[in-house]
Amino acid sequence: MKSNCIRWCGWAMIGFILMLPTLSIGQEGSSDVAFSAAVVNLKSGSMQERGLAIEQLAGVQNPRAIVILQALLDGRLFKLKTDDKLVIGEEVDAGYQLIDAKSAESLGTVDRSATQKITLTNSLRTSLRKIIGRLELNDDDAGVRLAAVNVMGKSVDDESLALLQDHLSVEQDKSVQKAIKLILGLEQLNSPDKATRLAAINLLKEQANQNVVNRFNELVEKDAEGNYLETDSDVRNQVKTALVKINSQLQLYAAIETLFFGLSLGAVLVLAAIGLAITFGVMGVINMAHGELMMLGAYTTYVTQQLMPDQLGLSLVIAIPAAFIISALAGIIIERGIIRFLYGRPLETLLATFGVSLFLQQTIRSIFSPLNRSVATPEWMSGTLQINDFLSLTWNHFYILVFCLLVFVLLLQILKRTRLGLEVRAVAQNRNMAKAMGIPTGRVDALTFGLGSGVAGVAGVAISQITNVGPNLGQAYIVDSFMVVVFGGVGNLWGTLVAGFSLGIANKLIEPYAGAVLAKILVLVFIILFIQKRPRGLFPQRGRAVEG
Amino acid sequence: MFNIILRKFGAKSLLAPIAMAAMVFAAAVHAEDTIKVGVLHSLSGTMAISETTLKDTMLMLIDEQNKKGGLLGKKLEAVVVDPASNWPLFAEKARELLTKDKVAAIFGCWTSVSRKSVLPVLEELNGLLFYPVQYEGEESSKNVFYTGAAPNQQAIPAIDYLMNDLKVKRWVLAGTDYVYPRTTNKILEAYLRAKGVAKKDIMINYTPFGHSDWQSIVADIKKFGSSTKKTAVVSTINGDANIPFYKELGNQGISAEKIPVIAFSVGEEELSGMDTKPLVGHLAAWNYFMSIDTTKNAAFIKQWHDFIKNPKRVTNDPMEAHYIGFNMWVKAVEKAGTTDPEAVQKAIIGIEFPNLTGGTSKMLPNHHITKPVFIGEIQDDGQLLTVWQTNKLVEGDAWSDFLPESKPIIADWTPPISCGNFNTKTKKCSGQKF
Repeated sequence: MKSNCIRWCGWAMIGFILMLPTLSIGQEGSSDVAFSAAVVNLKSGSMQERGLAIEQLAGVQNPRAIVILQALLDGRLFKLKTDDKLVIGEEVDAGYQLIDAKSAESLGTVDRSATQKITLTNSLRTSLRKIIGRLELNDDDAGVRLAAVNVMGKSVDDESLALLQDHLSVEQDKSVQKAIKLILGLEQLNSPDKATRLAAINLLKEQANQNVVNRFNELVEKDAEGNYLETDSDVRNQVKTALVKINSQLQLYAAIETLFFGLSLGAVLVLAAIGLAITFGVMGVINMAHGELMMLGAYTTYVTQQLMPDQLGLSLVIAIPAAFIISALAGIIIERGIIRFLYGRPLETLLATFGVSLFLQQTIRSIFSPLNRSVATPEWMSGTLQINDFLSLTWNHFYILVFCLLVFVLLLQILKRTRLGLEVRAVAQNRNMAKAMGIPTGRVDALTFGLGSGVAGVAGVAISQITNVGPNLGQAYIVDSFMVVVFGGVGNLWGTLVAGFSLGIANKLIEPYAGAVLAKILVLVFIILFIQKRPRGLFPQRGRAVEG
Repeated sequence: MFNIILRKFGAKSLLAPIAMAAMVFAAAVHAEDTIKVGVLHSLSGTMAISETTLKDTMLMLIDEQNKKGGLLGKKLEAVVVDPASNWPLFAEKARELLTKDKVAAIFGCWTSVSRKSVLPVLEELNGLLFYPVQYEGEESSKNVFYTGAAPNQQAIPAIDYLMNDLKVKRWVLAGTDYVYPRTTNKILEAYLRAKGVAKKDIMINYTPFGHSDWQSIVADIKKFGSSTKKTAVVSTINGDANIPFYKELGNQGISAEKIPVIAFSVGEEELSGMDTKPLVGHLAAWNYFMSIDTTKNAAFIKQWHDFIKNPKRVTNDPMEAHYIGFNMWVKAVEKAGTTDPEAVQKAIIGIEFPNLTGGTSKMLPNHHITKPVFIGEIQDDGQLLTVWQTNKLVEGDAWSDFLPESKPIIADWTPPISCGNFNTKTKKCSGQKF
């Protein structure tokens, strides 16, 4: 996220700096024949011609060239349908705000349909990045320079090596220096001089970098004829000792990664199950429509996002209370309309709520169509927290983990500290006694069910950020939710938390060895066996209420 | 009524021919007014996401044919049923369409399991099914016409493209755990091995339907692709699981330039429900793209927008397959002068019809059609930009040549072979009907 900002701010700056001289030398620029020819080829040629045009543009000494290339890479380069002019567009409410690509003069705003985007393929994108990388090596922003060096490091040729070598002497920034040294070091491994190679190995082994590992592995491997790539055995031994150390580090990173994956899967499970822990755990209602209440929450996110398309982050925050209210209302309607007539008859409740779930699904299908709806992820929730080359944690899962814990703590406080919580616990422990004490059990039932449903809706908001928002969203989670609640111990929120996280981690531990399908089966088998041994789950409820 | 009489007499052996006669009689009565066409696509349940569009496509095509004056001087009438993504229900509904509604042909099914469930009914009642979706092959029924792609019309050309143009050396075959990905990956693995790819350079991974937690699998792919060899993912991941998959790829920083993913089940329709940002540059292989610039395609898109009254709706590959299949059926019926399945089956082989991408597709004796193959890169508007295409139409091959067990088998529904499962080595038609 942060690096993104650095990049974008950087771009804005280069664009600005580069535009300044353009204004003064505009006349000269337009007379440049090669530049004009390249621009023409860029917009109308085939993909091959487009590739050539990119190379040409990189070659000409025109400050507009890099602006055009950058716009092309960012998907901001368009062709006007009316007069075939090449323009750079910035997205605004009414369409695109255009500037002429060649002369940088402003052309006003046009509707989206009046433009045609200049498209790119992967191979063109790769070569563009490389070209821009070279041009940017002299940028003022260290972040931009670092990105440029990294791009160049991906496919090293003599030209970029020479450029990097020259640049190293003037580079001040530590991290950029390090990145350049790494590339040069990797290159030194090819040196015919043994001492140079050994020095390079010493330098490289301290860096946690994928390219180093790949290169080291290559050095100690035999090729098809059974010869080592690295002919000197001293150097090979050095590489081997370095690899042993690196590999133990890698194992540690892999373990941390698995733990994080497990926790984040667990967080999703806990979020999905925690509402159920209230309706099923505390009230004893088998609610098969629980998944659909989550779906309602996810669709609420979609709708809020449609209402405020320019404010992704804010719409997500607003969606949380909105989803809670909508799902809670739906839950209260279900409870007052159907479930309250069926208390004490679990089988009928199960069937009735299953019917409700089908009803809700088809309603959503009729309103929103059976197609999935796309819910966008705000910028700050996408991408990774890059710790080093081997370990990176994805932001969306990280936020969901935090969110899950927040919801859990909040719910626990509601049950412990508020009057509603007290009444809920009283009714759950002994309905008749609570009634005798003057607690309106009917109202408490409705509110409890509403609370559980509302939490399901909130879970739906989180889930909309990682998977599809479609009518079938709920079905995917209902079995898992019941699994977590039963495993954790019915009627215990802590049990749900521990069960969710441990199932998540167990799943992720098994997955690499057994595959995703078998991992799920194994976890299910484990739970069945566990329930045989401890029918009340991890944290069984104690006390007289249970016996009665 | 016949049945009641017969049951009284206990003459069960007579029942079948008389019932057939009754059917022919009833059909003759019906034939007076309209020709009925069955539309067997799920309108509710999991598959509604893909199949509802095809139902609408069929209604549009039938509507258009009626505007042109119908068929054999009669109006066409669509009979729409909803098998609700429930596989056994597909068989029941097909039976209902053939016996109760007496449809002349059925256009329907999406998943292979639904097709397999309908097959015995079709063969028992001698109905016709036009199946519009790309599938795993290894089948050719007398009663089914496969207008979608066989593996050699989608998967194999895609591998060729990655291998020759992108110089891919390591392969991840990722799929949802059911018959289409399993069979396709079996064929692809055999093909890759035949091309000299080492076993350690192929990673095969299956996930359950609707899988949503892709963290560790994507991390594995990242590790697998971190070596110096160029890596690509060949995805047969089914519809719903794709969004979290691509999201996770994007989040873990795997761009299309590093590790391209080529998908066989992601088209314009699926893309319209996705946030396309993380997908840009990833690939898809199909026989039709909405973005292909031909006059026929432009007319088709306009017709679709007018019919569905929504200019934002997209067209996709299975829709084109229905377009070709329906028009081939119309031509065959006109040629045979009747909707009788037996006559149509004979007449349709060799029928040609221009597809939407500028070529002319032809119905082959193995009940598959010829199709062009396109590889496209996903753009941020949810469209696919063609980056590669076959220079001529590819003939659909029912039995893969890359699996040892199906190599000697061919399908040919013209005499003298007239068999969907003919072994060229033993010169025998296997007892299996399909």
